[in-house]
Amino acid sequence: MSLTPQDIDRIANLARLELKPEESERMLAQINGFFGIVNAMQAVDTSGVQPLAHPVAAIQDIALRLREDVVSEPNNREANQRSAPAVERGLFLVPKVIE
Amino acid sequence: MNDLHNLSVKALANLLQTKEVSAVEVATRFLARMGGNPHNAFLDIDSEATLAQARASDAKLANGTAGPLEGVPVAHKDVFVTQDFATTAGSKILSGYRSPFDATVVQRLRTAGMVTLGKLNCDEFAMGSANENSAYGAVQNPWDTTRVPGGSSGGSAAAVAAGLAPAATGTDTGGSIRQPASFCGITGIKPTYGRASRYGMIAYASSLDQAGPMARTAEDCALLLSAMCGPDADRDSTSLDVPAEDFTASLGADLKGLRIGIPQEFFGEGLHADVRAAVDAALAELTKQGATLVPISLPRTELSIPVYYIIAPAEASSNLSRFDGVKFGHRAKDYTDLESMYKKSRAEGFGSEVKRRIMTGTYVLSHGYYDAYYLQAQKIRRMIADDFQNAFKQCDVIAGPVAPSVAWKLGENANDPVADYLADIFTLPASLAGLPGMSVPAGFGAHGMPVGLQLIGNYFKEAQLLNVAHRLQQATDFHLRKPEGI
Repeated sequence: MSLTPQDIDRIANLARLELKPEESERMLAQINGFFGIVNAMQAVDTSGVQPLAHPVAAIQDIALRLREDVVSEPNNREANQRSAPAVERGLFLVPKVIE
Repeated sequence: MNDLHNLSVKALANLLQTKEVSAVEVATRFLARMGGNPHNAFLDIDSEATLAQARASDAKLANGTAGPLEGVPVAHKDVFVTQDFATTAGSKILSGYRSPFDATVVQRLRTAGMVTLGKLNCDEFAMGSANENSAYGAVQNPWDTTRVPGGSSGGSAAAVAAGLAPAATGTDTGGSIRQPASFCGITGIKPTYGRASRYGMIAYASSLDQAGPMARTAEDCALLLSAMCGPDADRDSTSLDVPAEDFTASLGADLKGLRIGIPQEFFGEGLHADVRAAVDAALAELTKQGATLVPISLPRTELSIPVYYIIAPAEASSNLSRFDGVKFGHRAKDYTDLESMYKKSRAEGFGSEVKRRIMTGTYVLSHGYYDAYYLQAQKIRRMIADDFQNAFKQCDVIAGPVAPSVAWKLGENANDPVADYLADIFTLPASLAGLPGMSVPAGFGAHGMPVGLQLIGNYFKEAQLLNVAHRLQQATDFHLRKPEGI
């Protein structure tokens, strides 16, 4: 299996990455090189095997915990927005989305 | 007290508790050594912030409220968010970022009394095995400055090896604590997945990322690990409800009857002879102390490379979607609309390895490919974890090399990312299984570079691993040797 330049464009769009032409070209070669070692995975018979998400689930039941649905965070707006690229009157600014 | 920088965490803690030195004196000594940023190990240094913490520690030491590690300095890998220092994860996209809170691990070590020296260089978002993927320049190995320190916790390993910090935090996703510890001749441990909170640890691959300590001795690692671990129920949904433990309690127990599993797949033709010789010598020392070696098999060792390099990028592509130039981080100057702002901000902010992993991850999660790649990888991941459980029927701990070779030359793999991936072969299996693993100095190989012995334990058996490492360090002095001039 080999990716095409069109695949790279499609994935870059999904990943919201603008790639320069020479970057796309290098990426195509490198990702295809990498998939050379992935093919070994396809030959493994995994029928009946449950996927493992939390590794400790290999030995015991692991349920992802939910915390109580109560307010636990104080209002920390100033600190939270200190590193924001654009803020006005406590709001994050983005380019106009609706005309 | 000019040799303070060569003392262990334990020795420093004793001197501080008995008031033979003050936290400010200790911090001042390390800050002086950090001047000029040797080996490019640090990304942020702020003497005032460090000294303020040291003064607060001195006050606690004076009024009897000191923690067990009060006044002992530590430096944090730059993937842990900190209020007092900038946090970049080695990426341009987070240049100058200030977190509104401290990571749980940072906060716990501070509660134990540790004073933060600064933030340590690492591969961008912890993606790398040589620390050459940092947006702020590579880190040099203190043993040979033309060689890599390993990665991704390369700054952490170099700082400890060069006596710039008595201990450091690291994170291990596929070997990022063990491999740099091995390359720089120090000790490092990654606990069982879920032991240490991931809250405030900038996520790379959520189902693999684990924090752990790096220091000169196993005993020092035990001291830090005891302070770092414990449930963080409201902050990290993957944190396990396993109580904190004193990992120093069983240090010194004898090794009589200990069965050490030797996976044949870790000693194949890919392993360099110099590394093998050092590892064999360390194993011989352990058998001299009463341990027995048991041949075992981890048949899917080689498969762990594709499995890891599918799962980790998939999770990374999702985790790194938060860097979009809206709430924090870099925003491009020129763009036409919201989508072009995202695309340009991310293109300018991320380095090439990070882009490569985001692309790979996005692809394997995209419509029509999920089952063939991500799901298939997660299934093989379970088979790998089961292989370990089978192996542990015959042995108590597993031992082998950390990496196939000693640290390579800076720039050697620059145009061949897959070469770096292949070198992760011995650390990836334990990461995928979520098992605790560590690296202990085992000797020296080619070019006089350090070699680590990897020890892998069953779930929650960190104390046992640390004891084996401690016993080895009682009989050898590799962990005490230092690069020239340190």
